[in-house]
Amino acid sequence: MTPSVDRLGRLLNLVPYLLTRPGILISEVAAEFHVTEKQLNEDLELLWVCGLPGYGPGDLIDMAIDGDRVTISHDAGIDRPLRLTQDEALALVVALRMLAETPGTGTRDAIERALAKIEHAAGDLAGTPVEVRLPANAERLDRLRAAVESGHALAMTYYTAARDETTERIVDPMRVLMVGGRAYLEAWCRRAEATRLFRADRIDAFTELDEPSAPPREAVPHDVSAGVFRPTADLPLVTLRVGRHSRWITEYYPVEEIRRDGHEWIVTMRVTDLGWAQRLLLGMGRDVTVLGPPELLARIRDQATAALDQYSAPAR
Amino acid sequence: MSRTRTERLVNLVICLLSTRRFLTAAQIAATVPGYEHDPEDPKDHEAFQRKFERDKAELRELGVPLETGTASVFDQEPGYRIAHREYALPDIILEPDEAAAVGIAARLWQHAGLAAAASSGLAKLRAAGVEVDPQATLGVEPVVTVDPAFGPLTTAARDRRAVTFSYRVPEVDDPMTRRLEPWGVVCWRGRWYVVGHDRDRDATRCFRLSRIVGNVRAAGRPGAFTPPENADLISHVVGWDSSVPHTGRATVTVRPGRAAGLRRWAVEALPGPDGDRLTVPYSDAERLASTLAGYGPDVRVDGPPEVREAVIQQLKEVVARHEGVPA
Repeated sequence: MTPSVDRLGRLLNLVPYLLTRPGILISEVAAEFHVTEKQLNEDLELLWVCGLPGYGPGDLIDMAIDGDRVTISHDAGIDRPLRLTQDEALALVVALRMLAETPGTGTRDAIERALAKIEHAAGDLAGTPVEVRLPANAERLDRLRAAVESGHALAMTYYTAARDETTERIVDPMRVLMVGGRAYLEAWCRRAEATRLFRADRIDAFTELDEPSAPPREAVPHDVSAGVFRPTADLPLVTLRVGRHSRWITEYYPVEEIRRDGHEWIVTMRVTDLGWAQRLLLGMGRDVTVLGPPELLARIRDQATAALDQYSAPAR
Repeated sequence: MSRTRTERLVNLVICLLSTRRFLTAAQIAATVPGYEHDPEDPKDHEAFQRKFERDKAELRELGVPLETGTASVFDQEPGYRIAHREYALPDIILEPDEAAAVGIAARLWQHAGLAAAASSGLAKLRAAGVEVDPQATLGVEPVVTVDPAFGPLTTAARDRRAVTFSYRVPEVDDPMTRRLEPWGVVCWRGRWYVVGHDRDRDATRCFRLSRIVGNVRAAGRPGAFTPPENADLISHVVGWDSSVPHTGRATVTVRPGRAAGLRRWAVEALPGPDGDRLTVPYSDAERLASTLAGYGPDVRVDGPPEVREAVIQQLKEVVARHEGVPA
């Protein structure tokens, strides 16, 4: 929407907004509409002269400004906000459906009541052809959310797939969130001394400690708008030759580059851990060749050969 | 937009809301300040008409339901009005917990366009008297992202209009053009899909939005098809994406302290002389073999033979494929 239409939209909202809140502080209105007080005063001045001229004072928008407060005394017919547009109805209805489907919020009932009312207000537009299902372990998430809300630090057993290890750690919980259909606990990890996103399905056990959750000042939430794993330039770069049957990895993992090479593709990707890459690639059989780094190539060869030896030699 | 223009548009809305009869452009010009002109002067009149056209377009862009009609059968000239019933948001009363849910929902969008739509929708609810606590939170909040094709596909599904798009599956080199009657869009496990009738395959199909390349183009007129009644869109995607139950059982020996991921997956673990013996559930021997081969010499498969052979085969292929690669 263009900025010019923005102001008109704001003005048409402003009249009914003020109508339902007589004597409201002008500063409060400005904050609510995300404009400066100066801009809001200009809006009010503009509205003050609007209406149908020549039909008497009752046909103009009228208001009383008493110091820093404002009251609309005549609305000239703009007594209700405009109905929702298709996009507004879609954005609100789909977001509420997401929320209703999110396990562990504990307020599904209120969300569904709100959804029904918004759908009613949207009228014909509510037939939004969008369905949402976010399957997850609701019981586990309920417990996790309750633990975060208790405000205590947690001792937990966590499986780290990148290093294929299960560790005990103490964390200061910050929030629980769902990204890409998966639930995560975001917490300050005292072991790593950093903010970490822990996948809920990899938290094998946890107990609430007596001490409070106290994330330090430098504990900043992740920006997850572009996904949870965003490779950084300091991570090892792996180069692979990938055949058709393993081409799915380029959709599943973030990759740096894909280049066609005969019947195959040359793919470069950043990985958090070479051990993880080794486990992934050893299982990909005939379809993936490691081109670099040399260290990974050597590990793949050695590991595959050593693993095969187990089957040729008598049982160890 | 200049102040005078904004003022004129507010006045135009007030004027058209206040009338039951359709008003012609000339009648509107006589009432709304800012449209004064000399209708006898062709140049002046033309300038007015241009201005009026622009203003109408602006109101429609904002979603103002501008009706067109004639005041009586004798009138030739079109007239305009805004029906209050069509204009106004219906009464909506939200309990505090409901309002909090709407407020939270409105800020879930990461997509700029939908985030803007959600917040302007919320502004209208506030203007209708709904009080929304901006601080309210739920214990768990979803981060909602969508692919670029989301907007055009939901619009097309709503309008029952066919679409064409380029679709690339990773195993195929070139994107293929697909023609679809979209019934709806589905979010399943955090991924977005469109479900509908594929005109080329003449069958129901699901497409992943992230695999759509370039623009989604609407093709043909709205109302061109009727989706099946009570179509359970989710079930199409779930059916497409489902996993089989893990009824198979493999026995593996794992070196002490190694293969933590496999241990989590095991249904039974018994310590043995040369490592721990795990029982691992599976559905597809090849898929399990990929996981087991990943652990290299930390894991040895004891049975069944289909899994053991698959692992040996995988490892042989890895060795063969890496022979002669310069390190």
